[in-house]
Amino acid sequence: MARFILHRLMLLPVLMLIFSVMIFAIIQAPPGDFLTSYAATLASSGSSVSMEQLDALRQQYGLDQPIPVQYYRWVMNLLRGDLGLSLEYQRPNIDLISEQLGLTLALAVFSFVLTWAIAIPAGIYSATHQRSWLDYVLTVFNYVGVATPNFMLALVLMWVAFSYFGIGVTGLFSADMAHLPWSFAKFVDLLKHIWLPSFVLAIAGTARLTRVMRANLLDELNKPYVTTARAKGLSEWQVVLRYPARLAFNPLVSTIGWYLPQLFSGSLIVATVMNLPNIGPLLLRALVNQDMYLAGAILLIYCFLTILGTLLSDILLALLDPRIRMGN
Amino acid sequence: MTAMVKQIATEPLLSVRDLHVDFGLDEGLVRAVDGVSFDVMPGRVLGIVGESGCGKSVTMRAILQLVDEPGRITRGEIVYRRDAGDGLGSAGVDLTKLPRHGAAMRAIRGAEIALIPQEPMAAFSPVHTVGAQIVEAIRLHHRQWRPEGGGLSVNDARDIVVDLFRDVGISMPEQRVDAYSWQLSGGLRQRAMIAMALSCKPRLLVADEPTTAIDVTTQAQVLALLRELQRKHGTAIIFITHDLGVIAQMANDVVVMYLGRVVEQGPVDGIFHAAKHPYTRALLRSIPSISGATRVALPTISGTLPHPFNRPGGCPYHPRCDEKIGTVCASHVPHLTQLGNGQAASCFLHQDASETA
Amino acid sequence: MTAVLQPGATPGPDTHAAAVEDRVSVASNWTLVWWRFRKHKLAMISLGLLLALYTLVLCPDFFSTQHPETTEARQAFIPVQGLHIFDGWSIDPWVPAIVGKRNAETLRMEWRTDAEKKVRVGFFMPGPAYKFLGLIPSTLHLIGPRDASQRIFLLGSDRLGRDQWSRIMHGTQTSMTIGLVAVTLSVILGIVLGGISGYFGGWIDQFIQRLIELLQSVPTIPVWLALSAALPRDWTPIQVFFAITVILSLIGWTTLAREVRGHFLALREEDFVLAAELAGCSRARIIMRHMVPTFLSHIIATSSLAIPAMIINETSLSFLGLGIRPPAISWGVLLQEAQNIQTLALAPWLLIPGLLVIVAVLAFNLVGDGLRDASDPYSK
Repeated sequence: MARFILHRLMLLPVLMLIFSVMIFAIIQAPPGDFLTSYAATLASSGSSVSMEQLDALRQQYGLDQPIPVQYYRWVMNLLRGDLGLSLEYQRPNIDLISEQLGLTLALAVFSFVLTWAIAIPAGIYSATHQRSWLDYVLTVFNYVGVATPNFMLALVLMWVAFSYFGIGVTGLFSADMAHLPWSFAKFVDLLKHIWLPSFVLAIAGTARLTRVMRANLLDELNKPYVTTARAKGLSEWQVVLRYPARLAFNPLVSTIGWYLPQLFSGSLIVATVMNLPNIGPLLLRALVNQDMYLAGAILLIYCFLTILGTLLSDILLALLDPRIRMGN
Repeated sequence: MTAMVKQIATEPLLSVRDLHVDFGLDEGLVRAVDGVSFDVMPGRVLGIVGESGCGKSVTMRAILQLVDEPGRITRGEIVYRRDAGDGLGSAGVDLTKLPRHGAAMRAIRGAEIALIPQEPMAAFSPVHTVGAQIVEAIRLHHRQWRPEGGGLSVNDARDIVVDLFRDVGISMPEQRVDAYSWQLSGGLRQRAMIAMALSCKPRLLVADEPTTAIDVTTQAQVLALLRELQRKHGTAIIFITHDLGVIAQMANDVVVMYLGRVVEQGPVDGIFHAAKHPYTRALLRSIPSISGATRVALPTISGTLPHPFNRPGGCPYHPRCDEKIGTVCASHVPHLTQLGNGQAASCFLHQDASETA
Repeated sequence: MTAVLQPGATPGPDTHAAAVEDRVSVASNWTLVWWRFRKHKLAMISLGLLLALYTLVLCPDFFSTQHPETTEARQAFIPVQGLHIFDGWSIDPWVPAIVGKRNAETLRMEWRTDAEKKVRVGFFMPGPAYKFLGLIPSTLHLIGPRDASQRIFLLGSDRLGRDQWSRIMHGTQTSMTIGLVAVTLSVILGIVLGGISGYFGGWIDQFIQRLIELLQSVPTIPVWLALSAALPRDWTPIQVFFAITVILSLIGWTTLAREVRGHFLALREEDFVLAAELAGCSRARIIMRHMVPTFLSHIIATSSLAIPAMIINETSLSFLGLGIRPPAISWGVLLQEAQNIQTLALAPWLLIPGLLVIVAVLAFNLVGDGLRDASDPYSK
């Protein structure tokens, strides 16, 4: 077990290195650099910068260096914990990101908990009450849930709230709370607001997870060990929860590693639509404006969170399933 | 542990009467069990033999009320006499009347009637230790061990499991208790399964082809073990198999099933030496013999098992029977007829004979 | 002395009579799949729906009533007009006329439909010129106003007064095609790489597996966004279309490759493959004639389940402004119009393209599920 975790931990820096190369290649790819688009923006607003000024800036940011040199400098700075300077905001990237990172994680974790808390019981119910009316309702919900893009759901909810109840459901805080320092009242305010975007974000995952749990459990319910458990004289719910549900659940744990990145990805779109404090919209803006070091830093964070999620799910699975733990 | 049950029992421990189990599938109704009756006497071994699909496993599941959806017991009764064999005589409880998932039925499952399933590989959960799964059963039916009540701690139950493992011949029982089923060999797994079935001191064991999935040498050992344990505890056993050789070794009484019906039943000697039903005779002929002539084709039963949706009318066996009588067999259904010496067959060859005799 | 009964025949498949049994035993695998698929009513309905949508894809101009780019600032945010086929008891299609009044306070035009005034429309009417399938010049349209000077807005208009119905027709073409093309690319990549991985094994299998693991741990949407943002601004819509397709399929192939590899690994051990090898079949023949057909229907089912994900991803990218770019039209581009909550409150019909996304994705999922069940040879 310890060796297994150690092995996975050793892989982490290797993966991050590969990702850093990939990401640097991507953020380098657009023709021109931040300064060309900056100059273009200035030009369109009537003012202009001279070539000399641009070159001076280019030198200052190291944008005139060959690409391998730029990459080397970037990675070396990253290793020192320096995420670089945002060209657009003229502030350290680490400040910009850390302002939003906590709430980004909070949103993802909240949605994650919501998904599992709904999907697992719903899946168990559906499988054990196959062809009941609630099973049909859940099945319809699952199909529609998977088919609805989450930004679409966000739009509809915002529209309904705005047109019929006259309230705005954007943001994670009330207008007067957003700029206050953290306090218990602000935390309560967050809880009041976070459930809606979490719900929007969780719906597709919930639908998919319910479906998988139902299918897995239906498979497991036909296995001989279930008969054995029944023949022992256990009550029906003891049988289901202790044996087949446990086995149906295990493969789902391995999907956590795949589901967490989906949540981070999904939160990007929902956060943009619902105007939430999140690193997603920050990335979007950085990409559009070719604020390359900011974009690179955020992309790296996404990758890191993803790898971390996979690692956690692998460890969890090993804890839950002795067949994997003992290397069978 | 050595509670001896009197062998001179007058009342059967379990009486199955006219049992019908139907499966309502989309394609039609399948009568998996079609009017089966037999008795299990305390402390004796009843063998049920038949081809796959003859309804023997469904009958076994019906006894424990574990028939899977969409199967349903539609008619008949299964009377279990908890105190049969004490010579006093008593009213039994009809298991078919108990709610499937109710407390009364659950108190019988495991504690009174236990099951040894077919595939020891899949019959244990792979994510729980073998010991934990047996401990669970023991603690559930703790009154079987502590009649005065008060429950059993996990450690007490674990000690019982270690003893049980020793009894069923598992070496290093202390270590094996904490093993997972996939870490054990097929023979060990089946022994552990037997230990689980015996863990709550049941009066009746239902063994569903317990040796089919393991190799021949281990099979012989497991059978010997079952016989020994049966003698030691006086447990009654219903032994389901398609292997007549196993029946000869294990059973006191035999029930032969074909397409959901009992075609012949009686003491094991009668069945093997004076079989009355053509199907039983055909089965016996198809056993290869060491002393028989070599290089001679083994006789087989002609034809194939009919599809469950188109059962033949009349005697279900008549299309494959080489002793059928004119049109009677195709148009009339024979009844199980007593033929003396406790033997009975359902065949027109004997129905007339017994009536005239 | 161990006697095992003659096994007899295990109960066969769900055949009622011998005649059915004969028919089943000579039917090809595809016929069997089709027979089983036909039993799923919802899947059949969905298949019909998808065929209808792909008819739109073939020639969106024929189904539109106007040119999708015709702007008219004075006809912004016209509500859904709704097509009526019957007038009284006779078939005489019409749409209610639109009457507008300028709000004195907000200075905004406020429209309402007036069912008293009927704008007569007809089928197969002449209208704006286009090229059928991009080749044959035509002016014929499925629906059009009888009076050519009138404009009709079956599904309302957007902020620039463009006709949403016609724009949806063109958006359908892009979005439905992109899903299909991206999945086709994924399937080709998946089968080739998964096949190589599963059939040859060894270091090449190791390499491809590590590559798949790497790609699967990529956070998809951010990376897609970054890749799309890297596309040059001056690319033509066609170039962007193909670039987006490639970007979408770049990550989509991994799941398929894993499945194909799994199939190959399992099949490699099968006796019929050994038999084919012993019979002297070439490697290519074994793969193409013996192995691939056994799981092809399953792969098709899996890929039809991958199309909806592609459609949703394209829609999301375009919605964020980093996918298909105007003047090209896709469902995501159309939904960009609905981004603003005030606009949405004023013109909720701008969400209709989203409805279409849901319907299309649902249909693909249902067809995919039906196909998957039907292609499982062990299913009832």
